[in-house]
Amino acid sequence: MEGLLVLKQVEAFIQHYHILHDISFEVPKGEVTVLLGRNGAGKTTTLRTIMGLNQVSKGTVSFKGEAIANRTTHQIANKGIGYVPEDQGIFNGLTVGENMRVAMKKEDEETMKRMEWVLELFPDLKKYWKKEGGQLSGGQKQMLAIARAYVNKNDLLLIDEPSKGLAPIIVDKVTESIQQMKEQTTIVLVEQNFMMASKIGNRFYIIDDGVTVHHGKMDELKEDKITMKKYLGIS
Amino acid sequence: MDLIISLVINGLATGMLIFLLAAGLTLIFGLMSVLNFAHGGLFIWGAYTGVWVYQMSNSFILGIIAGIIIGLLLGLVTERLIVRPVYGNHIQQILITLGFMLVLQEMIKVVFGPDQKAVFPPEYLAGSFMIGDIVLIKYRLFIIVIGLLIFILATIILKKSRIGLIVRAGVMDKEMVQSLGINIKLVFMLVFMVGAGLAALSGVFHSIYSGVIYAEMGLEFSILAFIVVVIGGMGSFSGSLFAAILVGLAQAFMAYYVPALSLAVNMLLMVIVLIFRPQGLFQVKE
Ligand SMILES: Nc1ncnc2c1ncn2[C@@H]1O[C@H](COP(=O)(O)OP(=O)(O)O)[C@@H](O)[C@H]1O
Ligand SMILES: [Mg+2]
Repeated sequence: MEGLLVLKQVEAFIQHYHILHDISFEVPKGEVTVLLGRNGAGKTTTLRTIMGLNQVSKGTVSFKGEAIANRTTHQIANKGIGYVPEDQGIFNGLTVGENMRVAMKKEDEETMKRMEWVLELFPDLKKYWKKEGGQLSGGQKQMLAIARAYVNKNDLLLIDEPSKGLAPIIVDKVTESIQQMKEQTTIVLVEQNFMMASKIGNRFYIIDDGVTVHHGKMDELKEDKITMKKYLGIS
Repeated sequence: MDLIISLVINGLATGMLIFLLAAGLTLIFGLMSVLNFAHGGLFIWGAYTGVWVYQMSNSFILGIIAGIIIGLLLGLVTERLIVRPVYGNHIQQILITLGFMLVLQEMIKVVFGPDQKAVFPPEYLAGSFMIGDIVLIKYRLFIIVIGLLIFILATIILKKSRIGLIVRAGVMDKEMVQSLGINIKLVFMLVFMVGAGLAALSGVFHSIYSGVIYAEMGLEFSILAFIVVVIGGMGSFSGSLFAAILVGLAQAFMAYYVPALSLAVNMLLMVIVLIFRPQGLFQVKE
């Protein structure tokens, strides 16, 4: 069976810079697929291109068997993809509660249940419900961004470097929460923190200079010192 | 003292009319970063249509409704045909909306004739009443009350309803709003239409306030609305109220004490704000 999300030879430009040259990968349902690669390799651009925030200039993107390349962003999101951008995309002038409300497509029982579940996962959000997004700590912003993507019944979550800039203890908390979400939804995780990536991930793809150069099972990568050193600078 | 009070009331009434005009413009800029110089065209079309219906039907209420409807419709047309093709390009926006502004202005002359028209308030809003020695002109109080009600209503919608939150979120981070599955273009069209409706309403109210309407008011009020939006902070709704009242009061006092400056005072205020607080008095959090 074909994966939930499949990219084939995707190319993309930012302005006139050719950033993605050949991105091909497949995300099996129910798993966490990790995108690894150095800074500037094109991981963020890949997620933005999936979301329609960047144009696909060549290649195909299909989600649940349907071509989604170059649809508008809201259409893509409404197919069932939740997105946690690298900068978290918190609406700073809105409170935590208002941020959640903008995200919630429905206010039915199921959505409320998901909301309760995610607030139990991140009690800080409940505690600071009326606080403005701009006043949250980096970790709280990350939690809010994840909660916002989770609250709708999405089939896929795209999460961009959730550990970035966070204290180790908060990284553990975020890691644990993504591990719990993993039970319920498919995830594509961009992550530089190898500890986190290896704990959560089932499969990995390595992106280098806009090309998916290597992939496999996460367990195998841990043993593959050569690849780790060559593409990730980890020895 | 009486003089001060009546100047303040003048200033507040002028300020409220300017606020109705600028409120839509500031949201349009904040949401889609569109520079719309046709906004004054919606204002005069509201004024002329409203006055025409008012004078035909002898009902001010019908005039108001007609003005709002023409504003909503013209807003729809302006957004779809004029603004949508030039998203993201400010120079093109200025040129095409300014051009459209002039078209709207000339069309007024074609449809309603080139002469200026006198307008009088309906009986129930004419005249004044006295409190002690102070003369309170009914129509001005009416404008202040309606303006405040609209501000309160709009604020409640922006703060409490989901669509209001989406509009504010869109001003802060458009991409994220889209990533949450919201059709920002549709939201923008709605905001544009409501903004146009408010500008047209401002036109209807203003026609009676000044007692006369003429086609060239379009460009004058386009520029005035921009000045107010810049002073208030582009994209800030409360900022537009504050700035509009500031401009209204400055105009009222200058007209009395330094008449020679009463037209230049808006520009002057804008220059001062731009020097000391280039982001405007109120700033929208990104
Ligand atoms: N707005 C932009 N303009 C020009 N180049 C950009 C822009 N955004 C990203 N890039 C370039 O695209 C490449 C990929 O960036 P990105 O996808 O953010 O990498 P990663 O997320 O893997 O660190 C980098 O070389 C970066 O410099
Ligand atoms: Mg990145």
